[in-house]
Amino acid sequence: MKTFDDVLIEPERYELHAAPVYNFRLARRNFFKLLGGGVLVVAVIQEVAGQESGRAGRRGGGQRPSNIGAWLHIGENGSITVFSGKAEVGQNIRTSLTQVVAEELRVPISSIRLVLGDTQLTPYDAGTFGSRTTPDMAPQLGRVAAVAREALIDLAAEQQKSERADFVIADSKVKNSKTGEFFAFGQLTKGQKLMKSVADNVTVTPPREWKIAGTSVRKVDGADFVSGKHTYASDVKLPGMLHGKIVRPSAFRAKLASLDSKEAEAMAGVTAVHDQDFVGVVAPDVLTAQRAATAIRAEWTATPQISDAELFQRLKKGARAEGEKATTPKKDDDAQTLNATYTIAYIAHAPLEPRAAVAEWKDDKLTVWTGTQRPFGVRSELAQAFRISESNIRVIVPDTGAGYGGKHNGEAAVEAARLAKSVGKPVKLVWTREEEFTWAYFRPAGVIDVTATVTRDGKVTAWDFHNYNSGGSGIRMLYDVPGAKTEFHNAQSPLRQGSYRALAATANHFARESHMDELARAVKMDPLEFRLKNLKDTRLRSVLQAAADKFQWSKAKPDEQRGFGIAGGSEKSSYVATCAEVKIDPKTRKVSVVRVVQAFECGAVLNPDGLRNQNEGAIVQGIGGALFEAIRFSNGKISNPRFSGYRVPRFSDAPQIEIVLLDRKDAPSNGAGETPIVGIAPAIGNAICSATGTRLRSMPLAPDGLKA
Amino acid sequence: MASIRELQVNGRAIKVEADVERTLLSVLRDDLDLTGAKYGCGEGECGACTVLIDGVAARSCRRKVGDLGAKKITTIESLSANGKLHALQQAFWDVGALQCGYCTPGMIMSALSLLNKNPNPTNAEIVRAMDGNICRCGTYGRIVTAISSAAKQIREAK
Repeated sequence: MKTFDDVLIEPERYELHAAPVYNFRLARRNFFKLLGGGVLVVAVIQEVAGQESGRAGRRGGGQRPSNIGAWLHIGENGSITVFSGKAEVGQNIRTSLTQVVAEELRVPISSIRLVLGDTQLTPYDAGTFGSRTTPDMAPQLGRVAAVAREALIDLAAEQQKSERADFVIADSKVKNSKTGEFFAFGQLTKGQKLMKSVADNVTVTPPREWKIAGTSVRKVDGADFVSGKHTYASDVKLPGMLHGKIVRPSAFRAKLASLDSKEAEAMAGVTAVHDQDFVGVVAPDVLTAQRAATAIRAEWTATPQISDAELFQRLKKGARAEGEKATTPKKDDDAQTLNATYTIAYIAHAPLEPRAAVAEWKDDKLTVWTGTQRPFGVRSELAQAFRISESNIRVIVPDTGAGYGGKHNGEAAVEAARLAKSVGKPVKLVWTREEEFTWAYFRPAGVIDVTATVTRDGKVTAWDFHNYNSGGSGIRMLYDVPGAKTEFHNAQSPLRQGSYRALAATANHFARESHMDELARAVKMDPLEFRLKNLKDTRLRSVLQAAADKFQWSKAKPDEQRGFGIAGGSEKSSYVATCAEVKIDPKTRKVSVVRVVQAFECGAVLNPDGLRNQNEGAIVQGIGGALFEAIRFSNGKISNPRFSGYRVPRFSDAPQIEIVLLDRKDAPSNGAGETPIVGIAPAIGNAICSATGTRLRSMPLAPDGLKA
Repeated sequence: MASIRELQVNGRAIKVEADVERTLLSVLRDDLDLTGAKYGCGEGECGACTVLIDGVAARSCRRKVGDLGAKKITTIESLSANGKLHALQQAFWDVGALQCGYCTPGMIMSALSLLNKNPNPTNAEIVRAMDGNICRCGTYGRIVTAISSAAKQIREAK
């Protein structure tokens, strides 16, 4: 079977260095016991070893677990249930994956129930990251549904003792095209316990023939969200449930020196929990839990730590590999060489739903509801934390209040489970915004050095690009420069850092596309023309041209108060081009982004409106990191751990946005949760430079407006 | 510790025993099982916890239940009647003015408060009225469209 989730883990996914160890096997009998009779499509997942080989620090080597997963079940009553270990975090995969299944089974969207992110019910999945759901999970579910479709036709032919070729699926039924008779799925599956395996050679519907996939289906369970009915992890309530609160260390890496919890424990209904450096309380309500946590006298020993002012110097000094020295190209009258250093601050994901978990122990079996992008990863963390078998743990992930790459770990799950273990009752733990801004991980800060040479007629002839700390994603030189060198250097990060939407592709695109703009300015060429002159990749050329046309790039003439910028990019097999118009207030020198046109191409589009929504959201989110978001810190503490101190984009920051989708029915569908964010920062920087003539090289570019 | 005995929620007097110092958000969610209003920041900066108090948008994370007396509280749960979504809810869904949806109930309640005062807001007025609500997924443009379209429908239905 094709490796459907063979994810290469990028080095900057620092939070994933612990590999899950699992061994999950369900026999045929168990499946039908769990799901009831009918038709079941399963697959043996063989690529687990390959999946883990990309990870550093794998433990428990030598084990090669096999995993039979149930992917789709058509019950004896005809009900259709699909199982996937992915998590819905707002990227709307519940809708797009449902569309793919509906397409193959020729049934309406509303007849399918998709079970996501439940370690007891869904096949193993490494996690929802890397824009892998669309290129891997969607075709997998497409094949699964196609197998089910063929199995239903087999059943009809068998039961009617008729030729298989006489049957087709139409209008949610199997139809005998000779007699015109219809057979409901339930009629065919009744009394069956038919198990089918997914084969590679099953025929799936090509994009050109899509009727349900490829259309703008709205969020399938949207009514639950707009009415407040949807139950997020932080909304889960169990009988007898108590509320927890963690007493946090005084600084990062601080150790507990002394503890006095008498006063807290004297409070009605309060239990204090202390285990090594873990200190927490459990109380009947949130306010009492807060009061009890405040009443705990904990002293911590912390060591001096650096502040944000010293960050970039430190990252470069601490870089593990200096790499080869940048070559100094020959200087002559026909070419010039430009050096520059770009920096990127740490930023926070700040998903609106903070980390939250409800944990319940029953006879050494643990169930946790939590919001995470890695349900099986969290199960593994819990198994390790409590030294119990993964078979005794169930992690359930309700559709979550966003992640953006920031919810790959199970911090709240482990903490809630630890508290619940001490009190013998279910415990809910919801991180405060301050905790989320402090104890989650950040997008890595980085320093990028670029040296490039351009000839007088606008050909880039040398490119030397070094990223310190932020990562290697999107570092590849997209333009045609023979001998171009790009390198990522690990460094010691003073803060906990990890994945963020598009990883380092944002940083690397910012530096590359800013520097390309500098080169264009140096030879007095139009930035679009300059890019196209140095670019063969037709897919990237197409998006650049499409964005420029819609933006009317050729008519954009900057002045002191208005600038125009363009940037292109590619990552995760998707292509993006972004044009931005900025306005600079002549008095306050505040920068606002007034208009953005973005062209995007990711193969055959599964849901055009969903894809537009992802593009629009990425642009708005990207404006934050581009212009004003930055985590400030000093001596092991975050200085701005609140929305009042950490500015995120609001309504008044959102520009007018136009998205141009290039739908390639001839190319496989790729994910689009990440790449739409990489173009906006350099487009804004380039636009500011076009108005002011000043190149800004540090993200965020203008947290307090431009300098006078 | 002083406590309250009753709250006026969604047109009904509801019996509840809660410390006067507790937030309205916590009592709604944890005691009354009205979990539509969300915790987002606890400092009134994000708007995820927005409910109406006497018809006006209020941050329930910053309001102590002891201060509410007989004030009328309206939550997102009361908006759809007999399975029919409110025009704002329908518009948010139709326009796709949400991704993760966590901010959505607070957005809709803030929008309802705006339309109560101004049934025909311009886009600039919507932006000004909604600027205290954060959508981290960045669906602001769609939310403005949804509010504008719902406002039109509500006006036409009258």
